[in-house]
Amino acid sequence: MLRSYVNSAKTTVDKSSLSLRRVRSQTRLRESVIQRLLLACALLSIFTTIGIVVMLLVQAAGFFSEVSILDFFTGTKWAPLFQPQHFGVLPLVGGTLLTAGIAILVALPIGLASAIYLSEYARDRVRRVVKPLLEILAGIPTVVYGYFALTFVTPVLQNIFPNMIVFNALSAGLVMGVMIIPMVSSLSEDAMVAVPRSLRDAAYGLGATRLEVATRVVMPAAISGIVAAFILALSRAFGETMIVALAAGSTPKLTLNPLESIQTMTAYIVQISLGETPHGTTEYYTIYAVGLLLFVMTLLMNLFSQWFVRRHRERY
Amino acid sequence: MKNDLAFKRRLRIRQLQGSSFKVLFLSASLIGIFALAILLVDVLKDGIGWLDWQFITSYPSRKPQEAGILSALFGTLWVMVLTALFSFPVGVGAAIYLEEYAPDNRLRRFIQTNINNLAGVPSIVYGLLGLTLFVQALAMGRSVLAGALTLTLMSLPVIIIAAQEAIRSVPEAHRFGAHALGASRWQVVRHIVLPSALPGVLTGTILAMSRAIGEAAPMIAISALVYLTFIPISPLDRFTVLPIQIFNWVSRPQEEFWHLAAAGIIVLLIVLLSMNAVAILLRNRYQKRTEE
Repeated sequence: MLRSYVNSAKTTVDKSSLSLRRVRSQTRLRESVIQRLLLACALLSIFTTIGIVVMLLVQAAGFFSEVSILDFFTGTKWAPLFQPQHFGVLPLVGGTLLTAGIAILVALPIGLASAIYLSEYARDRVRRVVKPLLEILAGIPTVVYGYFALTFVTPVLQNIFPNMIVFNALSAGLVMGVMIIPMVSSLSEDAMVAVPRSLRDAAYGLGATRLEVATRVVMPAAISGIVAAFILALSRAFGETMIVALAAGSTPKLTLNPLESIQTMTAYIVQISLGETPHGTTEYYTIYAVGLLLFVMTLLMNLFSQWFVRRHRERY
Repeated sequence: MKNDLAFKRRLRIRQLQGSSFKVLFLSASLIGIFALAILLVDVLKDGIGWLDWQFITSYPSRKPQEAGILSALFGTLWVMVLTALFSFPVGVGAAIYLEEYAPDNRLRRFIQTNINNLAGVPSIVYGLLGLTLFVQALAMGRSVLAGALTLTLMSLPVIIIAAQEAIRSVPEAHRFGAHALGASRWQVVRHIVLPSALPGVLTGTILAMSRAIGEAAPMIAISALVYLTFIPISPLDRFTVLPIQIFNWVSRPQEEFWHLAAAGIIVLLIVLLSMNAVAILLRNRYQKRTEE
C-alpha cells in the first residue's frame, strides 16, 4: 500500500518534471526564434544603408563610365538635356549652397534667440504654449511651404525688388529658413536646458544679469549642442526638395545673386523624375550621380555633428 | 566715488541691454509662430472657397472647376495604411532588440549610429532607392506597394528612435520584478515592457507617419506624373497622393490651379492635424496614468 503510493508519487513527479522540461525547451526555442526575429528587424536598417549605397554607386558608375569625374566636379555648366551636353555639377551645388545659406541666415539667429528665450526667460506657461506651436511649424509638409513661397512670399518680395523673377533663390531660401527654425530652436534649447543650474546660480551670485548669464555662461556651456543643431539644420536644408522645386526655378546657374532663378541638386532630381527622360540614357543616370553627391554631403555633415557632440560635450 | 558712479552708469546700461534683449528674444520666438499664422491664413483664404463636396469626390481634370482630389485622397489612405502595417511591427521590433536584447557591443553601437544617420538621409534619396529597388529591380511598377515600402524605409529610423525612448522610460524595477518571478525575456517584454511603453510608441509612430504622409519628394520619384482617374483597388495599382497632386497644381501657371492646390492643402492639413491630435491625446492619457 505504502509502496504503491510512493511509486505513484514518483511517476507523478517524473511526469511533471518531464512536462516542465518540455515547457522549458519550448520556451527556449520560442525565445531564440523571437530574438532572431527582433535582430532581423534591427538589421533591416543596415540593409537599408547598404541598399542606398549600392544603388547609388552602381547607377552612378553607369554615369561615370561616360562622363569623367573631373568634368563632373569641375565643370561650371550643367545642361544634360540640351545639345551639346554639359555635366558640370557645380551650378547645382552652388544653387543648393545659396538657398541653404539664406535659410541658415534666417534660421540660426531666430532659432537660437527663441531657444534662449524658451530656456532662460520663458515661464512654464508660455513655454507650454510656444513649444507645441513650433512643433506644428515643424510638422507642416514641405510642399505646403513651397506653395507659400511661390504664391505669397514671392509676390511680397517682388514689391520690394521690382525686377526680381518669379522663380528665385531668395524666396525659397527664406521660407526654408522658417521651416528649419523649429529644428534649430528645439535642438539648441535641449542643449541649454542640460546646462546645470549651479553654473547659472554662480554667475548670478557674481552679479551678472540674465542676458549675461544666457550669453556668457549658458551658451558657451551648450556650444557643442548648438553647433550640432546648426549642422543638422544645414544638412536638412541641403536635402530639402519641394520648396526649391516649386519656388527656386529650374535654371542651373552658378550665381550668388539671390534674386535670380537657380536649380538645386534636389530640384534637379525631381525635374528628371517628373519628365520623360528614357531609362538607361546618360541623362537619366545623372540623377544618381547627383543623388550620390547629395547623400555623401549630408552623411558627412551628420557624422561630423555626432562626432562634434561626442568630442566637445561638457560633462557635469 | 568716481568708480562708483562709473559702475552705476555701467549697471544701468547692462540692465537696459538685458531688458531690450529680452524683448528681442521674445519676438524671435514669436516670428516662427507669426509665419505659421500667415501661412495658415493665406492657405485658408486661397482655398476655402474651392473646398466643397464636389472637390472631394471628383477626379483630377484639365478644367479647374471640375477637378478634385478623390484619387489622391484614396491613394494617401492606401499608402498610409500599408506603411503603418509594415513600419510599426518592424520599427518596434528593432527598438525592442536594441533596448532589451542587444548586448552593449560594437554591433549594437553600429546599428544605433546607422539608424541616426538614416534619419538624416534626404527624403529624395529614399525616393531614388524606392524607384531603383522596388519599382524597377523588384518589378513592382509605380504601385501603391512600392510607394508604401519606400515610405516604410524612410519612416523606420524615426519610429525606432521614438520607440526606443518609450521603452527606455519603463522603470528597470518592473523588469527585475518579472524576472524574479521566473518570467523569460520575451515574457517580460510582452507583458511588462510593451504595455507600459505602448502609448509612447504609438505617439512616436503616429508623428512619424504624419511626417511621411506629407512627404512629396520620394512619392514623386516613385509615382511620377499624375493624371489618374481611378481609385487604386489593389496594392499593385498605380496611385497618386495628396502631396503629389498639390505639387502638380502649384507648378501650373494658371492661378485657378493654385486655388485647387490651396484647397488640397487644407484637406492634407486636416488629415495631418487629426493624426497629431490623436498622438497628443495618447500622450496626455499616458502622462496622467504614470503620474497616478
